[in-house]
Amino acid sequence: MLQFVNVTLNGLVQGMIFAAFALALVLIWRSTRIVNFAQGSMAAATTFIALAIIQAGQSYWVALVVALLSGFLIGAVIERVVIRPVEGGPELNAVIVTLGLFVAIQALIAIVFGSSFQSFTTPFGLRGFTFGDTTILLTPNSLYVIGAVLVTMLALIALFRFTRVGLAMRASAFGQEVARLLGVRVGRMLTLGWGLAAVVGSLSGLLIAGGGLVYPAYMDVIIVSGFVAAVLGGLDSPIGAVVGGLLLGLVLSYVAGYLSPALVNMSALAILVVVLLVRPGGLFSSSTARRA
Amino acid sequence: MAGATSASSAAGGTATGSATAVPVLEVTDLSASYGPVKALDGVSLRAETGRITAVLGANGAGKTTLLRTISGLVRSTGGRVRLGDEDITRAPVEAMVQKGMAHVPEGRGVIAELTVDENLRVGSLFRGKVGRAEFDRVYDLFPRIAERRGNPAHTLSGGERQMLVIGRALLARPRILLLDEPSLGLAPRIVAQIFGLLRQLVDEEDLSVLLVEQNARSALSVADVGVVLNLGRVVVTDEASRLIADEDLRHAYLGF
Repeated sequence: MLQFVNVTLNGLVQGMIFAAFALALVLIWRSTRIVNFAQGSMAAATTFIALAIIQAGQSYWVALVVALLSGFLIGAVIERVVIRPVEGGPELNAVIVTLGLFVAIQALIAIVFGSSFQSFTTPFGLRGFTFGDTTILLTPNSLYVIGAVLVTMLALIALFRFTRVGLAMRASAFGQEVARLLGVRVGRMLTLGWGLAAVVGSLSGLLIAGGGLVYPAYMDVIIVSGFVAAVLGGLDSPIGAVVGGLLLGLVLSYVAGYLSPALVNMSALAILVVVLLVRPGGLFSSSTARRA
Repeated sequence: MAGATSASSAAGGTATGSATAVPVLEVTDLSASYGPVKALDGVSLRAETGRITAVLGANGAGKTTLLRTISGLVRSTGGRVRLGDEDITRAPVEAMVQKGMAHVPEGRGVIAELTVDENLRVGSLFRGKVGRAEFDRVYDLFPRIAERRGNPAHTLSGGERQMLVIGRALLARPRILLLDEPSLGLAPRIVAQIFGLLRQLVDEEDLSVLLVEQNARSALSVADVGVVLNLGRVVVTDEASRLIADEDLRHAYLGF
């Protein structure tokens, strides 16, 4: 029983991080129809910025804020400078560009910050809560992870549902030409969308780094899971990304807990194959047809 | 909405002499190409307040390209577009609506994933805060979409979508409305209803309509002026009533 609880808790926390990463992918896919393979490297870059600030003696929270802001800036600049020229062109061009960015940013991190393993602090404890004699696998840090992702998601929902900018962003995502004819500055909305997506992606990078070791390629594991989570939920659906992330987190945790940790990556890919075969639109596919 | 300028517009709206009227939109010698294919070859026309100008012609005559070039979606390769006394030939698409030009593209142009009400709100975003009364006025014009204001736009019928996009364009308070094939795929009864409403809006408000239509018979029944395009050139520009009367022209270019 205790093992089941622990495995479930572990899956939920993992799933929240997958969800954040998947959400970043979905935000970009929705607005620009590009799968951002560079999301992991971008998140790693901001984590290393945070690390540098912490090593310079600042608090975790200062580092967090600066990292998220620089995430926004990196996302916005990349969209404006690198992505804009290939937007609307053949899809393969954009794929190659983001793959190129993935490699280039990772190399840049290694050049600037070095490629050795470094430990990353967390503001909260890593020891599980104790009830009587039993210690469960829920730590103050995991509560922080869950809370941070939830707050970010609620903020995004509020932005899209209740603000004028959010409405303009949705209009730009779903009907670029019509939005332009209605006076919406679509280009700015796309830049903003990439910036916001990069913030969410950076958050997932910082959360997974907390209390662990980071190196330039430390996000690579998450990229696969985050992508599977996004496809599982439906690349078009932010809610799908969250549900997909949580589901995947749980399933992978059960696989690791009851079968073997060695099977985790293979299971993720197996789920991806099954989803693409059975329901290529994802669990939350919207009305519009989609190519897998 | 016409408000302060209603006196002058009422006079302009009923005037029949077009020679003295200042055009809202003046297109001079406009050209555009898709690669080596010339889609527009020196098109000139003018649209005036209180009048409906119908652009007619067969498939591929350049009608849609004309509207898309006017609003900047297609880059012109020559010629001028003036809106009022401003040259807008090179103005960005996003700026057009602010200058007083609303373009309803072919294929309805609803944003299917947004609700009816959100579609209307997108149309008024550029104006900043817009009072509820203006939305209510659109809903009064089109009671059928008022009932569905909370529904996603993809649940609307073709006629309702056309009403939604015209209502949305009106929320921008345009001086000129560019309509691309509003009758496409609609039942004749709905087409008559929509054209009747256009006539009413043009007669009562400070509005000019540039209407692109394949359905020449319906379009000429509501329009004041007709411009017939063929292979990217203007064949003839005349009062709608005279175009209807010209049997040879009708057979040659208008298909009825």
